Amino acid sequence: MTDTMSNTKPGAARQVGTPDGLEVYGTRLDSRLFLGTAQYPSPQVLERAVKAAGVDVVTVSVRREGARDKGGQRFWEMIAGLGVRVLPNTAGCRTVREAIATAEMARELFDTDWVKLEVIANDDTLQPDLFGLVEAAGVLVREGFKVFPYTTEDLGAAERLLAAGCELLMPWGAPIGTGRGLANPYALRTLRNYFPGVPLVVDAGIGAPSHAAQAMEMGFDAVLLNTAVAKAGDPVAMAEAFGAAIRAGRTAFVAGMMEVRDMAAPSTPVAGTPFFDLK
Amino acid sequence: MGECRQKLMLGTNAVLEVIVNGEPARTRARTLAELLVELGYGDAKVATARNGDFVPLRKRDTVELTGGDTIEIVSPRQGG
Repeated sequence: MTDTMSNTKPGAARQVGTPDGLEVYGTRLDSRLFLGTAQYPSPQVLERAVKAAGVDVVTVSVRREGARDKGGQRFWEMIAGLGVRVLPNTAGCRTVREAIATAEMARELFDTDWVKLEVIANDDTLQPDLFGLVEAAGVLVREGFKVFPYTTEDLGAAERLLAAGCELLMPWGAPIGTGRGLANPYALRTLRNYFPGVPLVVDAGIGAPSHAAQAMEMGFDAVLLNTAVAKAGDPVAMAEAFGAAIRAGRTAFVAGMMEVRDMAAPSTPVAGTPFFDLK
Repeated sequence: MGECRQKLMLGTNAVLEVIVNGEPARTRARTLAELLVELGYGDAKVATARNGDFVPLRKRDTVELTGGDTIEIVSPRQGG
């Protein structure tokens, strides 16, 4: 893979479409921010945040519905009115079987074959069960799903997910809901370099716009986040901030950032410095 | 009207004990479709599973219930 690693070095960004859009499973997206819909103070704030961030894709879920509650119906009407794509998740699923049944229920409810596949290994870390993830991804791809797998930076798992038919990967930045940013930039950079042609979306653990910008500067194709916006003091303003940060990070990556140096180097010309000869 | 008629028709069926969304329930419904009507979901936007397997909308009226079945009834919800 080393011969293609240079594709993701600064200044050599892949140009997908014009202007700089992202293509996933044959669908062109203008925004590189995928936004979660949970934990907002109110449906109105969620609606305004989605518009402020200018996102094309929001994540949703399925949960048990009480017969008299009808909360799901109201939520669906609101989401449908936003005019954005929905990416249903299988959040909370701990087994392959649960994840598959949940994905199938979500496909019928939301009328989309997109699914953000989560198979959770551990309740404390919410880290992906990579073995279950690969198995479930294979089944769902065969069933016609377009799988967006929530994974780690593990290269072996990444290769198996791609072999199973996933056309993109969603590695974690840090555990879900922690807001710690990119916990392992080295591993993420390795993943980016190893799969230069695969759309990679950093999903989970993003806390600040600077974290999202960092991911984009590293050449990741998009960022998926929820809590950092939903739990902000002003979620609508924070959604706007994340949108701007992701555009800035992407533009910087495409522009090509300078190489980091160990030694200082003057930016002002040395030649012609006054009193130079007196030193 | 439709619901009332359905409930009258159910009156002669045996009572089954099933689990709906984690809670025990008693029903005279013979099929998953009848159960949804009986529980008041009517034409709500829901998806279903029986004993861990997805049951598509088009199969709800042919999937017959058995005592001890676990039924999931889900709807769209916020997610990350």
